[in-house]
Amino acid sequence: MISLESLNSPADEKHARSTAQQEIIFREAETVNDSSGCVAALKEMQKKRAAVSPMNERIARLRERSMRAEVRISGERAALITNFYQSGIAAGKSFPVQRALAFKYLMEHVSLPVEDGQLIIGLRGTGPQEVPTYPEMCTHSLKDLEILNSRANMPYRVDDQTAELYKTKVIPAWKGNALRDIIFDNLSGEWLDAYQAGIWTEFMEQRAPGHTAGGERIFASGLLDVKKEIRAKMLEQKTSEPEYFDKIEELKAMDIAADAMLTYAGRYVEILEKMAGEEEDDERKKELTEMARICRRVPAHAPQDFWEALQHYWFVHLGVVYETNPWDSYNPGRLDQHLYPFYEKDLAEGKLTRERAKELLEAFWIKFNNQPSVPKVGVTAEESFTYTDFTKINIGGLKKDGADGVNEISYLLLDVLDGIRTMQPNTAVLVSDKNPERFIRKALKVVRPGFGEPPFFNFDGVIVKMLRQGKKLEDARTAGVSGCVETGAFGKEAYILTGYFNLPKILEITLNNGIDPQSGKRLGLETGNPAGFQTYDELGEAFIKQVKYFLDIKMQGNDLIEALFAKYMPVPFLSLWTDDCVARARDYNAGGARYNTQYVQIVGLGTLAYGLTAIKYHVFDKKTFSMPELLAALRQNFAEKYEVMRQIILNKTPRYGEDDDYTDAIAKKIVNDIVEMIESYPPSPIRRASKRAYFLPTTAHVYFGKVTGATPDGRKAGIPVSEGISPVQGSDKKGIAAVFRSVSKCDWDKTGGALLNQKLTPDLLEGEENLEKLAQLIKTFFNMGGHHVQFNVVSVALLREAQQRPQDFQDLMVRVAGYSDYFVNLPKGLQDEIIARTEHKAV
Amino acid sequence: MASGSIFNISRYAVHDGPGIRTTVFLKGCPLRCWWCHNPEGVSQERSLMFFEYKCILCKTCAGVCPAGAFSFANNLHHLDRTSCNNCGLCSETCPTEALSHAGRMIAVTELMQEIEKDVLLYDNSGGGVTFSGGEPLLQHLFLNEALTECKNRDLRTVLDTSGYASEAVLSSVLDRVDVILYDLKLADEEEHRKYTGVSNNPIKENLRMLADRGRGRDVILRFPVIPGITDTQKNVDALVEFISTLKGINEIDLLLFHDVNEKYHRLGMEYQMPVRQAPAPSKIKYIKERFESIGLYVKT
Repeated sequence: MISLESLNSPADEKHARSTAQQEIIFREAETVNDSSGCVAALKEMQKKRAAVSPMNERIARLRERSMRAEVRISGERAALITNFYQSGIAAGKSFPVQRALAFKYLMEHVSLPVEDGQLIIGLRGTGPQEVPTYPEMCTHSLKDLEILNSRANMPYRVDDQTAELYKTKVIPAWKGNALRDIIFDNLSGEWLDAYQAGIWTEFMEQRAPGHTAGGERIFASGLLDVKKEIRAKMLEQKTSEPEYFDKIEELKAMDIAADAMLTYAGRYVEILEKMAGEEEDDERKKELTEMARICRRVPAHAPQDFWEALQHYWFVHLGVVYETNPWDSYNPGRLDQHLYPFYEKDLAEGKLTRERAKELLEAFWIKFNNQPSVPKVGVTAEESFTYTDFTKINIGGLKKDGADGVNEISYLLLDVLDGIRTMQPNTAVLVSDKNPERFIRKALKVVRPGFGEPPFFNFDGVIVKMLRQGKKLEDARTAGVSGCVETGAFGKEAYILTGYFNLPKILEITLNNGIDPQSGKRLGLETGNPAGFQTYDELGEAFIKQVKYFLDIKMQGNDLIEALFAKYMPVPFLSLWTDDCVARARDYNAGGARYNTQYVQIVGLGTLAYGLTAIKYHVFDKKTFSMPELLAALRQNFAEKYEVMRQIILNKTPRYGEDDDYTDAIAKKIVNDIVEMIESYPPSPIRRASKRAYFLPTTAHVYFGKVTGATPDGRKAGIPVSEGISPVQGSDKKGIAAVFRSVSKCDWDKTGGALLNQKLTPDLLEGEENLEKLAQLIKTFFNMGGHHVQFNVVSVALLREAQQRPQDFQDLMVRVAGYSDYFVNLPKGLQDEIIARTEHKAV
Repeated sequence: MASGSIFNISRYAVHDGPGIRTTVFLKGCPLRCWWCHNPEGVSQERSLMFFEYKCILCKTCAGVCPAGAFSFANNLHHLDRTSCNNCGLCSETCPTEALSHAGRMIAVTELMQEIEKDVLLYDNSGGGVTFSGGEPLLQHLFLNEALTECKNRDLRTVLDTSGYASEAVLSSVLDRVDVILYDLKLADEEEHRKYTGVSNNPIKENLRMLADRGRGRDVILRFPVIPGITDTQKNVDALVEFISTLKGINEIDLLLFHDVNEKYHRLGMEYQMPVRQAPAPSKIKYIKERFESIGLYVKT
């Protein structure tokens, strides 16, 4: 067997290599592999590899180091934060000031790694891929560390020193005191029962509320400006106000947090100057000197040029992810909009070239890739089994004044993505009717080699969603998407995700009259034995009652957790950058943001819609089989004689995703009813957050599948439920146009976003004409009301081949949910699920 | 309203004319091309297909078949096509769709509902509806009505034809057809008869008629590149010579041969193709250059 590595010629030769040479390479592969029948798969992989082309040697080196480094747990932050709390510095201080002092302590003491050849400085952790932990939020047990160290998929190596540190210092200090412990102590028995049964997951049990992105504020102000603002606010406060003390303490905390970051930057200035002094290479010496100059200017002052802007944002990003471990990590927001003025100015002044800007952006990209997600454990690891931390670079959309926002930086960002192909950061292409079609075509060219990036978003729809929630037009136009598909007013909103919600499981409980057949426990309401239901509507009503019952419990939990975070875990540094926390003298976690929302992420729409349709169609309309027969089949997991029934369900039922109103109407009603139900809850007590719905799974559909028995869509127990709003895997056989129309019948404008995966065969993206048609298809989908679509351009043959010989396909990246990941690193269940998704071909 | 026999409706069709299209495949064809990629479209009757890998040996088919066409021995499913009277009960009840029928009757009203679903796609891409087959002109009454309905809705239409029809039939639809995809296979009469079962005279005459009436610019020729049959130098040269005598024709698309033996097997039909390999790139290049030499735009 020829090694794939030997087929992979150095990336920078890509353009030089002639077609003839390519042919030879392919033929070699053919002769060697003819018998194994994987020639096509190899060719496909070869094409993918040829797509990686970092622009120069420096970037190639940085990229290589980032990709090769083993992901490890760094004990430094855990040790420091434990030292801090044991030192007595925080004793007697208010919670905001405690947290600010803790942050300051970190910024004064964390190591200051410098990656050789980097242009952007600062790194979370002790080196690339070295991930800190947050024991004050969630303390990993020795067992957790052992699992992380030894698991086959996505391990986090833990060295003996770190394990020892945990054993002797960190665990004894935090045991029972971490916020996670406090949260679980305060949640009700019903909440814990439902959580254990897998009816939902909880976002905040291991990580801090995050979902937010950077806005214009970051690029327009330095810490000294913010400190000035804080001082002015302090003077404004009146002792006669009931909240005087809280506000003053919060402002103090913000001021300390600002100083902390100035200290961190100052420490880097010293290092850079020292390095510059010792550097023998003239070019690098100049660079280091310039970097030191930049770090003296930002983050203290607002950036004045392109390089400063990137470095400034990076300091903010670091602060946010060192302070706590927020979900769906922070991002720079609408990067092309923010950077364009700096780019234009620098270009005009002759300070910058397009090439240099691209190099800086590629260096910036690698910074994100060097910071894998914090290690999760247990259920939370299942719901998001990945190293990616979901930073999302937004590209395109509209300007604040409503004009076309696509600019030179938009294309440059696509070029960077096209060449660098790292797992992080993710991107989002925001498509408005006002954008030129060539922008979509350009993005599709980046999709072509099949790394799953970039996904496409309906930006005009994002604006509608924001306006519906009462946001100002300008704030809607500067909004974007973060995480997977989540819309939010960038820099101005705390849109906090609270957990995934398992619809198929609730159907299972409904069909068992409130009992969870997996445990035999009564978890839900007694809504009646379905065998006695005379009409489909009775079943529909029973289901909705169960959803409401569980949502009541979930919402109580959400409000409680919000209160705990508001009290114990203020984030003064994040608050500096989120409008209007400083102006209102309120913390981000306590409702300081201009807009506050709280989201539940709904999972399993496809499975549920299919299941309900099967019941309506076969039990009530066609009377193919009776409810007792169906219930018996589900109990026996469609074994033996029930296989025929399962086949009838799979093949003789109207299917969601095939543009059939019979079933699409059921999906539409579920979406309407559930969104209406979620939005009917009153605003949360502390943040006054309105309650909203997203439809997205990350990888929770795999976990939810594991805990859910057989469902009436013919799905057997343990198999993943459907993901996002996509049809049941493999069930949509009428092509992509039918999927788009089916999906568009639901009213996504009422949600915060909905995720749709589609798998295309590579030939659909070959040639200009096909790209043009695909661009028009995407535009039409958005005209019809779709929110998002992303494409896996990969053949089933290649995926199967990679499953067989993972060692040869380490670099095969695929779209999972709102992010891409290395296929061979995914757990088997998720791999199978991606293979099962229907592949749409050209017709 | 008329009804017609169709065997597929393909949405997001990107190879059947300009823009994004919905292609309606009409069932029945007077030709019997050896390489035919849509053998399920040849007969105008519905065609029973058997997908062996889907069969779970549940024997539902044997229970419903009035003709006793199904038997089971040694855990194998056996279908006796000679006793099948094509009643359709087996595919209606087969739980796995191992048995399924290609072809159904559809009324123009229902067809239009399907077509209307993707109007926004046609609008945004300059696409529309393509009538293909089979040979769509074989059901010209149905086709005529469907075309009229398309034009009532201001939709752009494409006819994908073998050209094998009477001049009167072809003429009857022309005013409602915007683009004609017109197959040219073999220039030699004898060979044409051998490999397609029919004479190529009506095909050539109809094409000349289109060119003479000034519709040449609406014609996109389609040339199936079939190894050892149509891709010979002699045939290509003769076609080049013929086309160069026609006015207004600008484009020819090359349709490359694929081995579809599996499809024939499912239908219980014999696949006559002697060669199963895809055409060689050097052949394709030669053919392309030959057609380009008379000023045609050649799409592969």
